[in-house]
Amino acid sequence: MNYLIATNILNWFVEPLQYGFLVQAIWVSAFVGLVCAVLSCYITLKGWSLMGDAISHAVVPGVVVAYAMNIPFAIGAFIFGFGATVAIGYIKSNTRLKEDAVIGIVFTGFFAFGLVLVTKIPSNIDLFHILFGNVLGISGQDIIQTLIAGMITLVVILLRRKDLLLFCFDPNHAKAIGLNTQMMYYTLLSVLALTIVAALQTAGIILVISMLVTPGSIGYLLSDRFDYMLIISVISSIISCVLGTYISYHLDVSTGGSIVVLLTLLFVLAMIFAPKYGILVQQLRKRSNQAFDEEKIKI
Amino acid sequence: MMSATTQSPNITVDNLSVTYNNAKLALYNASCTVEAGSITALVGPNGSGKSTLFRSIMGFLSPSQGRVLVGGFPVKKAQKQQWMAYVPQADEVDWNFPVSVFDVVMMGRYGYMNLLRIPSAKDKRLVMESLERVGMSEFRHRQIGELSGGQKKRAFLARALAQEGKVILLDEPFAGVDVKTEKRIIDLMIQLREEGHTILVATHDLMSVSTFCDRTILLNGTILASGVTEETFTEENLEMTFGGLPVANFGELTGR
Repeated sequence: MNYLIATNILNWFVEPLQYGFLVQAIWVSAFVGLVCAVLSCYITLKGWSLMGDAISHAVVPGVVVAYAMNIPFAIGAFIFGFGATVAIGYIKSNTRLKEDAVIGIVFTGFFAFGLVLVTKIPSNIDLFHILFGNVLGISGQDIIQTLIAGMITLVVILLRRKDLLLFCFDPNHAKAIGLNTQMMYYTLLSVLALTIVAALQTAGIILVISMLVTPGSIGYLLSDRFDYMLIISVISSIISCVLGTYISYHLDVSTGGSIVVLLTLLFVLAMIFAPKYGILVQQLRKRSNQAFDEEKIKI
Repeated sequence: MMSATTQSPNITVDNLSVTYNNAKLALYNASCTVEAGSITALVGPNGSGKSTLFRSIMGFLSPSQGRVLVGGFPVKKAQKQQWMAYVPQADEVDWNFPVSVFDVVMMGRYGYMNLLRIPSAKDKRLVMESLERVGMSEFRHRQIGELSGGQKKRAFLARALAQEGKVILLDEPFAGVDVKTEKRIIDLMIQLREEGHTILVATHDLMSVSTFCDRTILLNGTILASGVTEETFTEENLEMTFGGLPVANFGELTGR
Protein backbone atom coordinates (compact mmCIF):
# COMPACT_ATOMS: atom_id res chain seq x y z
CA MET A 1 0.00 0.00 0.00
CA ASN A 2 2.74 2.43 1.03
CA TYR A 3 4.65 1.31 -1.99
CA LEU A 4 1.70 2.20 -4.19
CA ILE A 5 1.44 5.73 -2.76
CA ALA A 6 5.16 6.22 -3.19
CA THR A 7 5.07 5.22 -6.84
CA ASN A 8 2.06 7.44 -7.38
CA ILE A 9 3.89 10.43 -5.98
CA LEU A 10 6.96 9.54 -7.97
CA ASN A 11 4.87 9.27 -11.12
CA TRP A 12 3.30 12.64 -10.42
CA PHE A 13 6.79 14.14 -10.67
CA VAL A 14 8.36 11.89 -13.31
CA GLU A 15 5.56 11.33 -15.80
CA PRO A 16 5.44 14.95 -17.09
CA LEU A 17 9.20 14.93 -17.65
CA GLN A 18 8.73 13.02 -20.90
CA TYR A 19 7.47 16.28 -22.44
CA GLY A 20 10.27 18.58 -23.52
CA PHE A 21 8.17 21.73 -23.22
CA LEU A 22 7.38 20.92 -19.60
CA VAL A 23 10.97 20.20 -18.59
CA GLN A 24 11.85 23.50 -20.19
CA ALA A 25 9.06 25.32 -18.36
CA ILE A 26 10.20 23.85 -15.04
CA TRP A 27 13.80 24.94 -15.26
CA VAL A 28 12.98 28.32 -16.75
CA SER A 29 10.54 29.12 -13.97
CA ALA A 30 13.00 27.81 -11.37
CA PHE A 31 15.65 30.16 -12.79
CA VAL A 32 13.22 33.09 -12.77
CA GLY A 33 12.27 32.14 -9.21
CA LEU A 34 15.94 32.30 -8.21
CA VAL A 35 16.52 35.73 -9.78
CA CYS A 36 13.31 37.21 -8.35
CA ALA A 37 14.01 35.79 -4.88
CA VAL A 38 17.49 37.31 -4.71
CA LEU A 39 16.25 40.72 -5.79
CA SER A 40 13.15 40.55 -3.60
CA CYS A 41 15.33 40.68 -0.47
CA TYR A 42 16.58 44.11 -1.52
CA ILE A 43 13.21 45.33 -2.76
CA THR A 44 11.38 44.45 0.46
CA LEU A 45 14.10 46.00 2.63
CA LYS A 46 14.22 49.15 0.51
CA GLY A 47 10.42 49.41 0.45
CA TRP A 48 10.24 49.49 -3.32
CA SER A 49 7.33 47.07 -3.84
CA LEU A 50 5.19 49.77 -5.43
CA MET A 51 8.09 50.74 -7.67
CA GLY A 52 8.30 47.11 -8.86
CA ASP A 53 4.58 47.13 -9.59
CA ALA A 54 5.00 50.36 -11.55
CA ILE A 55 7.87 49.03 -13.69
CA SER A 56 6.05 45.79 -14.45
CA HIS A 57 3.04 47.66 -15.84
CA ALA A 58 5.14 50.24 -17.64
CA VAL A 59 6.91 47.63 -19.79
CA VAL A 60 3.78 46.86 -21.86
CA PRO A 61 4.22 49.56 -24.53
CA GLY A 62 7.87 48.51 -24.78
CA VAL A 63 6.92 44.94 -25.57
CA VAL A 64 4.51 46.06 -28.30
CA VAL A 65 6.96 48.52 -29.84
CA ALA A 66 9.71 45.89 -29.79
CA TYR A 67 7.54 43.40 -31.66
CA ALA A 68 6.52 46.04 -34.18
CA MET A 69 10.17 46.97 -34.77
CA ASN A 70 11.18 43.32 -34.81
CA ILE A 71 13.77 43.65 -32.02
CA PRO A 72 13.98 41.43 -28.90
CA PHE A 73 11.07 42.20 -26.57
CA ALA A 74 13.45 42.40 -23.61
CA ILE A 75 15.10 45.53 -25.00
CA GLY A 76 11.82 47.38 -25.51
CA ALA A 77 10.51 46.27 -22.13
CA PHE A 78 13.67 47.35 -20.32
CA ILE A 79 13.74 50.78 -21.96
CA PHE A 80 10.12 51.52 -21.10
CA GLY A 81 10.36 50.04 -17.60
CA PHE A 82 13.46 52.02 -16.80
CA GLY A 83 12.06 55.10 -18.52
CA ALA A 84 9.04 54.99 -16.24
CA THR A 85 11.26 55.08 -13.15
CA VAL A 86 13.21 58.02 -14.53
CA ALA A 87 9.91 59.81 -15.19
CA ILE A 88 8.77 59.03 -11.64
CA GLY A 89 12.03 60.35 -10.18
CA TYR A 90 11.88 63.53 -12.28
CA ILE A 91 8.24 64.34 -11.50
CA LYS A 92 8.71 63.64 -7.81
CA SER A 93 11.67 65.97 -7.40
CA ASN A 94 10.18 68.76 -9.53
CA THR A 95 6.62 68.93 -8.28
CA ARG A 96 5.01 69.02 -4.86
CA LEU A 97 3.29 65.66 -5.40
CA LYS A 98 3.89 62.74 -3.07
CA GLU A 99 5.66 59.68 -4.42
CA ASP A 100 2.72 57.26 -4.37
CA ALA A 101 0.60 59.66 -6.43
CA VAL A 102 3.40 60.09 -8.96
CA ILE A 103 3.93 56.33 -9.25
CA GLY A 104 0.19 55.78 -9.70
CA ILE A 105 -0.04 58.38 -12.47
CA VAL A 106 3.05 57.29 -14.40
CA PHE A 107 2.56 53.54 -14.45
CA THR A 108 -1.12 53.64 -15.38
CA GLY A 109 -0.23 56.14 -18.10
CA PHE A 110 2.41 53.82 -19.54
CA PHE A 111 0.15 50.79 -19.20
CA ALA A 112 -2.79 52.52 -20.92
CA PHE A 113 -0.50 53.62 -23.73
CA GLY A 114 0.54 49.99 -24.13
CA LEU A 115 -3.10 48.90 -24.32
CA VAL A 116 -3.81 51.45 -27.03
CA LEU A 117 -0.76 50.29 -28.99
CA VAL A 118 -1.55 46.61 -28.66
CA THR A 119 -5.04 47.10 -30.05
CA LYS A 120 -3.87 49.35 -32.90
CA ILE A 121 -0.58 47.89 -34.13
CA PRO A 122 -1.18 44.67 -36.00
CA SER A 123 0.95 41.96 -34.38
CA ASN A 124 0.66 38.44 -33.11
CA ILE A 125 1.09 39.54 -29.49
CA ASP A 126 -1.32 37.84 -27.17
CA LEU A 127 -2.22 40.42 -24.53
CA PHE A 128 -3.31 37.62 -22.24
CA HIS A 129 0.23 36.18 -22.31
CA ILE A 130 1.81 39.52 -21.43
CA LEU A 131 -0.61 40.01 -18.57
CA PHE A 132 -0.48 36.52 -17.11
CA GLY A 133 2.62 34.82 -18.54
CA ASN A 134 2.95 31.76 -20.72
CA VAL A 135 5.90 29.71 -19.55
CA LEU A 136 4.46 26.44 -20.93
CA GLY A 137 4.52 27.90 -24.42
CA ILE A 138 7.76 29.88 -24.12
CA SER A 139 9.85 30.03 -27.30
CA GLY A 140 13.58 29.35 -27.53
CA GLN A 141 14.30 32.99 -28.30
CA ASP A 142 12.33 34.15 -25.29
CA ILE A 143 14.23 31.71 -23.07
CA ILE A 144 17.53 33.22 -24.23
CA GLN A 145 16.27 36.72 -23.42
CA THR A 146 15.09 35.57 -20.00
CA LEU A 147 18.44 33.93 -19.30
CA ILE A 148 20.46 36.98 -20.35
CA ALA A 149 18.35 39.42 -18.32
CA GLY A 150 18.45 37.09 -15.31
CA MET A 151 22.18 36.42 -15.49
CA ILE A 152 23.03 40.12 -15.74
CA THR A 153 20.90 40.74 -12.64
CA LEU A 154 22.56 37.96 -10.67
CA VAL A 155 26.09 39.07 -11.60
CA VAL A 156 25.42 42.73 -10.80
CA ILE A 157 23.92 41.84 -7.41
CA LEU A 158 26.74 39.41 -6.62
CA LEU A 159 29.36 42.09 -7.31
CA ARG A 160 27.54 45.04 -5.69
CA ARG A 161 25.64 43.26 -2.94
CA LYS A 162 27.30 45.03 -0.02
CA ASP A 163 26.84 48.48 -1.49
CA LEU A 164 23.23 47.75 -2.39
CA LEU A 165 22.56 46.52 1.13
CA LEU A 166 24.17 49.64 2.59
CA PHE A 167 22.07 51.72 0.20
CA CYS A 168 18.90 50.04 1.49
CA PHE A 169 19.95 50.33 5.13
CA ASP A 170 21.59 53.74 5.45
CA PRO A 171 21.96 55.82 2.27
CA ASN A 172 23.11 58.80 4.36
CA HIS A 173 26.11 56.88 5.65
CA ALA A 174 26.88 55.76 2.10
CA LYS A 175 26.95 59.43 1.10
CA ALA A 176 29.02 60.38 4.15
CA ILE A 177 31.76 57.95 3.18
CA GLY A 178 31.87 59.34 -0.34
CA LEU A 179 30.05 56.57 -2.19
CA ASN A 180 27.93 57.42 -5.21
CA THR A 181 24.36 56.85 -3.97
CA GLN A 182 22.86 58.14 -7.22
CA MET A 183 24.68 55.31 -8.98
CA MET A 184 23.39 52.77 -6.43
CA TYR A 185 19.85 54.06 -6.94
CA TYR A 186 20.04 53.52 -10.69
CA THR A 187 21.84 50.19 -10.31
CA LEU A 188 19.03 48.83 -8.14
CA LEU A 189 16.38 50.26 -10.48
CA SER A 190 18.09 48.72 -13.52
CA VAL A 191 18.30 45.24 -12.04
CA LEU A 192 14.69 45.59 -10.89
CA ALA A 193 13.63 46.39 -14.47
CA LEU A 194 15.81 43.55 -15.80
CA THR A 195 14.29 41.06 -13.36
CA ILE A 196 10.80 42.05 -14.40
CA VAL A 197 11.79 41.53 -18.02
CA ALA A 198 13.14 38.10 -17.10
CA ALA A 199 9.95 37.15 -15.26
CA LEU A 200 7.58 38.50 -17.89
CA GLN A 201 7.11 35.15 -19.67
CA THR A 202 6.74 33.13 -16.48
CA ALA A 203 4.46 35.14 -14.26
CA GLY A 204 3.19 37.93 -16.48
CA ILE A 205 3.18 41.58 -15.53
CA ILE A 206 0.27 41.33 -13.11
CA LEU A 207 1.77 38.61 -10.94
CA VAL A 208 5.48 39.40 -11.23
CA ILE A 209 5.23 41.76 -8.28
CA SER A 210 4.36 38.79 -6.09
CA MET A 211 7.56 37.01 -7.08
CA LEU A 212 9.45 40.22 -6.28
CA VAL A 213 7.95 40.84 -2.85
CA THR A 214 6.67 37.60 -1.33
CA PRO A 215 9.90 35.52 -1.17
CA GLY A 216 11.81 38.37 0.49
CA SER A 217 8.96 38.90 2.93
CA ILE A 218 8.96 35.21 3.88
CA GLY A 219 12.72 35.41 4.51
CA TYR A 220 12.29 38.63 6.50
CA LEU A 221 9.67 37.04 8.76
CA LEU A 222 11.82 33.97 9.41
CA SER A 223 15.23 35.51 9.99
CA ASP A 224 16.99 38.64 11.12
CA ARG A 225 20.25 38.00 9.27
CA PHE A 226 20.44 39.01 5.65
CA ASP A 227 22.26 35.85 4.50
CA TYR A 228 19.59 33.54 6.00
CA MET A 229 16.85 35.78 4.68
CA LEU A 230 18.34 35.37 1.20
CA ILE A 231 18.58 31.58 1.48
CA ILE A 232 15.01 31.21 2.77
CA SER A 233 13.75 33.54 0.08
CA VAL A 234 15.47 31.57 -2.70
CA ILE A 235 14.32 28.18 -1.40
CA SER A 236 10.68 29.18 -0.98
CA SER A 237 10.64 30.84 -4.38
CA ILE A 238 12.18 27.92 -6.29
CA ILE A 239 9.91 25.39 -4.54
CA SER A 240 6.86 27.45 -5.48
CA CYS A 241 8.00 27.86 -9.08
CA VAL A 242 8.74 24.17 -9.67
CA LEU A 243 5.70 22.81 -7.82
CA GLY A 244 3.51 25.50 -9.34
CA THR A 245 4.50 24.46 -12.85
CA TYR A 246 3.73 20.80 -12.03
CA ILE A 247 0.34 21.68 -10.57
CA SER A 248 -0.44 23.85 -13.56
CA TYR A 249 0.24 20.86 -15.84
CA HIS A 250 -1.64 18.25 -13.79
CA LEU A 251 -4.70 20.37 -13.01
CA ASP A 252 -4.59 22.30 -16.29
CA VAL A 253 -4.62 25.68 -14.56
CA SER A 254 -2.66 28.93 -15.00
CA THR A 255 1.08 28.49 -14.33
CA GLY A 256 1.73 31.99 -13.02
CA GLY A 257 -1.39 31.68 -10.88
CA SER A 258 -0.30 28.35 -9.36
CA ILE A 259 3.17 29.66 -8.56
CA VAL A 260 1.84 32.76 -6.82
CA VAL A 261 -0.85 30.84 -4.91
CA LEU A 262 1.88 28.52 -3.56
CA LEU A 263 4.13 31.45 -2.67
CA THR A 264 1.26 33.14 -0.89
CA LEU A 265 0.49 29.95 1.04
CA LEU A 266 4.12 29.76 2.18
CA PHE A 267 3.88 33.40 3.23
CA VAL A 268 0.74 32.74 5.29
CA LEU A 269 2.46 29.80 6.99
CA ALA A 270 5.52 31.95 7.76
CA MET A 271 3.35 34.79 9.00
CA ILE A 272 1.50 32.57 11.46
CA PHE A 273 4.19 30.13 12.56
CA ALA A 274 7.46 32.10 12.30
CA PRO A 275 9.39 31.25 15.48
CA LYS A 276 10.20 34.84 16.42
CA TYR A 277 8.02 37.24 14.44
CA GLY A 278 5.01 34.96 13.81
CA ILE A 279 1.53 35.99 14.88
CA LEU A 280 1.15 32.86 17.01
CA VAL A 281 4.32 33.41 19.03
CA GLN A 282 3.56 37.08 19.51
CA GLN A 283 0.06 36.30 20.77
CA LEU A 284 1.45 33.74 23.19
CA ARG A 285 4.07 36.21 24.36
CA LYS A 286 1.43 38.88 24.90
CA ARG A 287 -0.71 36.45 26.87
CA SER A 288 2.14 35.28 29.08
CA ASN A 289 3.09 38.89 29.73
CA GLN A 290 -0.48 39.62 30.75
CA ALA A 291 -0.52 36.61 33.04
CA PHE A 292 2.77 37.79 34.49
CA ASP A 293 1.37 41.27 35.11
CA GLU A 294 -1.74 39.82 36.77
CA GLU A 295 0.48 37.74 39.04
CA LYS A 296 2.36 40.86 40.03
CA ILE A 297 -0.86 42.71 40.81
CA LYS A 298 -2.00 39.89 43.08
CA ILE A 299 1.28 40.01 44.97
CA MET B 1 47.92 70.11 1.17
CA MET B 2 49.80 67.80 3.55
CA SER B 3 48.89 69.71 6.66
CA ALA B 4 45.23 69.34 5.85
CA THR B 5 45.49 65.56 5.91
CA THR B 6 47.50 65.25 9.10
CA GLN B 7 45.72 67.82 11.28
CA SER B 8 42.05 67.81 12.08
CA PRO B 9 40.07 70.02 9.70
CA ASN B 10 37.78 72.88 10.65
CA ILE B 11 34.34 73.50 9.15
CA THR B 12 33.40 76.84 7.68
CA VAL B 13 29.82 77.65 6.78
CA ASP B 14 29.65 80.63 4.48
CA ASN B 15 26.39 82.55 3.97
CA LEU B 16 24.34 79.37 3.68
CA SER B 17 20.64 79.33 2.77
CA VAL B 18 18.50 76.27 2.24
CA THR B 19 15.05 76.23 0.66
CA TYR B 20 13.04 73.03 0.52
CA ASN B 21 10.78 71.84 -2.31
CA ASN B 22 7.72 73.29 -0.62
CA ALA B 23 9.38 76.72 -0.90
CA LYS B 24 9.96 76.85 2.85
CA LEU B 25 13.11 78.71 3.79
CA ALA B 26 14.65 76.44 6.40
CA LEU B 27 17.90 78.32 6.93
CA TYR B 28 19.05 81.74 5.76
CA ASN B 29 22.43 83.51 5.54
CA ALA B 30 24.06 81.20 8.06
CA SER B 31 27.77 81.78 8.59
CA CYS B 32 29.82 80.13 11.31
CA THR B 33 33.01 78.20 11.96
CA VAL B 34 33.56 74.96 13.79
CA GLU B 35 37.11 75.22 15.09
CA ALA B 36 39.49 72.35 14.35
CA GLY B 37 39.98 70.05 17.33
CA SER B 38 37.05 71.41 19.33
CA ILE B 39 33.82 69.99 20.63
CA THR B 40 31.18 72.34 19.33
CA ALA B 41 27.49 72.22 20.18
CA LEU B 42 24.83 73.18 17.69
CA VAL B 43 21.88 74.33 19.76
CA GLY B 44 18.43 75.49 18.75
CA PRO B 45 14.76 74.64 19.29
CA ASN B 46 12.85 72.23 17.02
CA GLY B 47 12.31 73.70 13.56
CA SER B 48 15.21 76.14 14.00
CA GLY B 49 17.08 74.77 10.97
CA LYS B 50 19.45 72.83 13.21
CA SER B 51 19.12 69.58 11.32
CA THR B 52 19.08 71.47 8.02
CA LEU B 53 22.48 72.99 8.84
CA PHE B 54 23.65 69.63 10.08
CA ARG B 55 22.56 67.87 6.91
CA SER B 56 24.14 70.58 4.75
CA ILE B 57 27.47 70.11 6.51
CA MET B 58 27.20 66.35 5.90
CA GLY B 59 26.40 67.00 2.25
CA PHE B 60 23.00 65.29 2.44
CA LEU B 61 21.22 68.25 0.88
CA SER B 62 22.38 70.96 -1.46
CA PRO B 63 22.02 74.58 -0.34
CA SER B 64 20.32 77.16 -2.52
CA GLN B 65 23.01 79.68 -1.62
CA GLY B 66 26.43 79.71 0.06
CA ARG B 67 28.82 76.87 0.72
CA VAL B 68 30.35 74.62 3.33
CA LEU B 69 34.09 73.90 3.45
CA VAL B 70 35.75 71.21 5.52
CA GLY B 71 39.46 71.79 6.04
CA GLY B 72 39.25 74.18 3.10
CA PHE B 73 37.75 71.54 0.78
CA PRO B 74 34.21 71.07 -0.51
CA VAL B 75 32.22 68.51 1.52
CA LYS B 76 32.25 65.96 -1.34
CA LYS B 77 36.05 65.95 -1.34
CA ALA B 78 36.16 65.60 2.44
CA GLN B 79 33.77 62.63 2.22
CA LYS B 80 35.99 60.91 -0.34
CA GLN B 81 38.93 61.36 2.09
CA GLN B 82 36.88 59.57 4.78
CA TRP B 83 37.02 62.66 7.00
CA MET B 84 33.29 62.86 7.67
CA ALA B 85 31.87 60.39 10.20
CA TYR B 86 28.23 60.64 11.13
CA VAL B 87 26.24 59.25 14.04
CA PRO B 88 22.55 59.39 13.09
CA GLN B 89 19.55 60.07 15.29
CA ALA B 90 17.92 56.90 16.58
CA ASP B 91 14.69 57.44 14.66
CA GLU B 92 16.54 57.68 11.34
CA VAL B 93 17.58 54.04 11.58
CA ASP B 94 15.48 51.02 10.54
CA TRP B 95 16.08 48.89 13.64
CA ASN B 96 14.33 45.89 12.07
CA PHE B 97 16.92 45.70 9.31
CA PRO B 98 18.54 42.24 9.25
CA VAL B 99 22.12 43.28 10.08
CA SER B 100 24.27 42.59 13.12
CA VAL B 101 26.19 45.15 15.16
CA PHE B 102 29.41 43.86 13.61
CA ASP B 103 27.99 44.37 10.08
CA VAL B 104 27.03 47.94 10.90
CA VAL B 105 30.45 48.83 12.31
CA MET B 106 32.10 47.21 9.26
CA MET B 107 30.10 49.62 7.07
CA GLY B 108 32.34 52.34 8.49
CA ARG B 109 35.23 50.73 6.60
CA TYR B 110 33.56 50.43 3.16
CA GLY B 111 35.16 53.65 1.93
CA TYR B 112 38.62 52.11 2.35
CA MET B 113 37.82 48.84 0.59
CA ASN B 114 37.87 47.91 -3.09
CA LEU B 115 34.63 47.79 -5.09
CA LEU B 116 33.74 44.31 -3.84
CA ARG B 117 34.02 45.54 -0.22
CA ILE B 118 36.04 42.58 0.99
CA PRO B 119 37.40 43.47 4.43
CA SER B 120 41.14 43.26 5.01
CA ALA B 121 42.76 42.10 8.24
CA LYS B 122 43.19 45.77 9.14
CA ASP B 123 39.49 46.46 8.58
CA LYS B 124 38.53 43.60 10.88
CA ARG B 125 41.02 44.67 13.53
CA LEU B 126 39.76 48.27 13.50
CA VAL B 127 36.14 47.10 13.75
CA MET B 128 36.98 44.95 16.78
CA GLU B 129 38.98 47.77 18.40
CA SER B 130 36.14 50.21 17.86
CA LEU B 131 33.62 47.79 19.36
CA GLU B 132 35.98 47.27 22.28
CA ARG B 133 36.34 50.99 22.82
CA VAL B 134 32.61 51.58 23.21
CA GLY B 135 32.20 48.37 25.22
CA MET B 136 30.09 46.60 22.62
CA SER B 137 32.31 43.61 21.73
CA GLU B 138 30.10 41.07 23.44
CA PHE B 139 27.02 42.32 21.58
CA ARG B 140 28.61 42.24 18.14
CA HIS B 141 26.52 39.30 16.87
CA ARG B 142 23.22 40.82 17.98
CA GLN B 143 20.73 42.06 15.42
CA ILE B 144 20.65 45.84 15.89
CA GLY B 145 17.04 45.87 17.05
CA GLU B 146 17.95 43.65 20.01
CA LEU B 147 19.90 46.43 21.72
CA SER B 148 18.93 48.96 24.37
CA GLY B 149 18.81 52.65 23.51
CA GLY B 150 22.30 53.28 24.84
CA GLN B 151 23.77 50.22 23.13
CA LYS B 152 22.27 51.32 19.82
CA LYS B 153 23.98 54.69 20.16
CA ARG B 154 27.29 53.03 21.02
CA ALA B 155 27.06 50.70 18.01
CA PHE B 156 26.82 53.67 15.67
CA LEU B 157 29.57 55.50 17.56
CA ALA B 158 31.74 52.44 16.94
CA ARG B 159 31.02 52.76 13.24
CA ALA B 160 32.24 56.37 13.30
CA LEU B 161 35.39 55.24 15.17
CA ALA B 162 36.04 52.45 12.66
CA GLN B 163 35.78 54.99 9.87
CA GLU B 164 38.61 56.98 11.49
CA GLY B 165 36.88 60.21 10.48
CA LYS B 166 38.68 63.38 11.50
CA VAL B 167 35.34 65.15 11.77
CA ILE B 168 32.59 63.47 13.75
CA LEU B 169 29.04 64.77 13.68
CA LEU B 170 26.55 63.49 16.23
CA ASP B 171 22.83 64.16 15.81
CA GLU B 172 21.02 64.26 19.18
CA PRO B 173 23.38 61.71 20.78
CA PHE B 174 21.67 61.88 24.19
CA ALA B 175 18.09 61.33 23.05
CA GLY B 176 16.73 58.17 24.68
CA VAL B 177 19.88 57.15 26.54
CA ASP B 178 20.37 56.78 30.28
CA VAL B 179 22.63 58.96 32.40
CA LYS B 180 25.37 56.34 32.47
CA THR B 181 25.53 56.10 28.68
CA GLU B 182 25.40 59.87 28.38
CA LYS B 183 28.46 60.16 30.59
CA ARG B 184 30.20 57.43 28.65
CA ILE B 185 29.54 59.19 25.33
CA ILE B 186 30.77 62.49 26.74
CA ASP B 187 33.97 60.86 28.02
CA LEU B 188 34.55 59.31 24.62
CA MET B 189 34.03 62.66 22.88
CA ILE B 190 36.57 64.29 25.20
CA GLN B 191 39.08 61.52 24.43
CA LEU B 192 38.47 61.94 20.72
CA ARG B 193 39.06 65.67 21.01
CA GLU B 194 42.39 64.96 22.73
CA GLU B 195 43.25 62.74 19.77
CA GLY B 196 42.64 65.71 17.49
CA HIS B 197 39.16 65.10 16.12
CA THR B 198 36.77 67.91 15.33
CA ILE B 199 33.39 67.15 16.88
CA LEU B 200 30.03 68.78 16.20
CA VAL B 201 27.04 67.81 18.35
CA ALA B 202 23.50 68.83 17.46
CA THR B 203 21.48 68.82 20.66
CA HIS B 204 18.73 70.50 22.57
CA ASP B 205 20.06 69.18 25.85
CA LEU B 206 21.15 72.54 27.23
CA MET B 207 22.21 71.17 30.61
CA SER B 208 25.01 69.01 29.27
CA VAL B 209 26.33 71.48 26.70
CA SER B 210 28.06 73.73 29.19
CA THR B 211 29.78 70.77 30.86
CA PHE B 212 31.78 69.48 27.88
CA CYS B 213 31.40 71.67 24.78
CA ASP B 214 34.23 74.13 24.15
CA ARG B 215 32.19 76.17 21.74
CA THR B 216 28.52 76.67 21.03
CA ILE B 217 26.60 77.78 17.97
CA LEU B 218 23.10 79.04 18.76
CA LEU B 219 20.65 79.07 15.92
CA ASN B 220 17.07 79.80 15.06
CA GLY B 221 16.53 80.32 11.37
CA THR B 222 20.03 81.74 11.12
CA ILE B 223 23.12 81.83 13.36
CA LEU B 224 22.31 83.98 16.39
CA ALA B 225 25.54 83.55 18.33
CA SER B 226 28.68 81.52 18.03
CA GLY B 227 31.85 81.27 20.08
CA VAL B 228 33.29 79.95 23.34
CA THR B 229 30.51 78.33 25.35
CA GLU B 230 30.92 80.54 28.45
CA GLU B 231 30.52 83.63 26.28
CA THR B 232 27.66 82.42 24.08
CA PHE B 233 25.60 80.95 26.90
CA THR B 234 24.24 84.25 28.14
CA GLU B 235 20.69 84.71 29.30
CA GLU B 236 20.17 87.21 26.52
CA ASN B 237 21.37 84.82 23.76
CA LEU B 238 19.32 81.91 25.06
CA GLU B 239 16.29 84.16 25.33
CA MET B 240 16.83 85.16 21.71
CA THR B 241 17.28 81.55 20.52
CA PHE B 242 14.45 79.99 22.43
CA GLY B 243 12.44 83.22 22.62
CA GLY B 244 9.04 82.57 24.10
CA LEU B 245 9.75 78.89 24.58
CA PRO B 246 9.85 77.62 28.13
CA VAL B 247 13.48 76.86 28.90
CA ALA B 248 14.00 75.61 32.42
CA ASN B 249 16.37 77.46 34.69
CA PHE B 250 18.18 80.00 32.54
CA GLY B 251 20.00 81.12 35.64
CA GLU B 252 21.25 77.66 36.44
CA LEU B 253 22.49 77.18 32.89
CA THR B 254 24.33 80.44 32.63
CA GLY B 255 25.63 80.20 36.19
CA ARG B 256 23.99 83.37 37.35
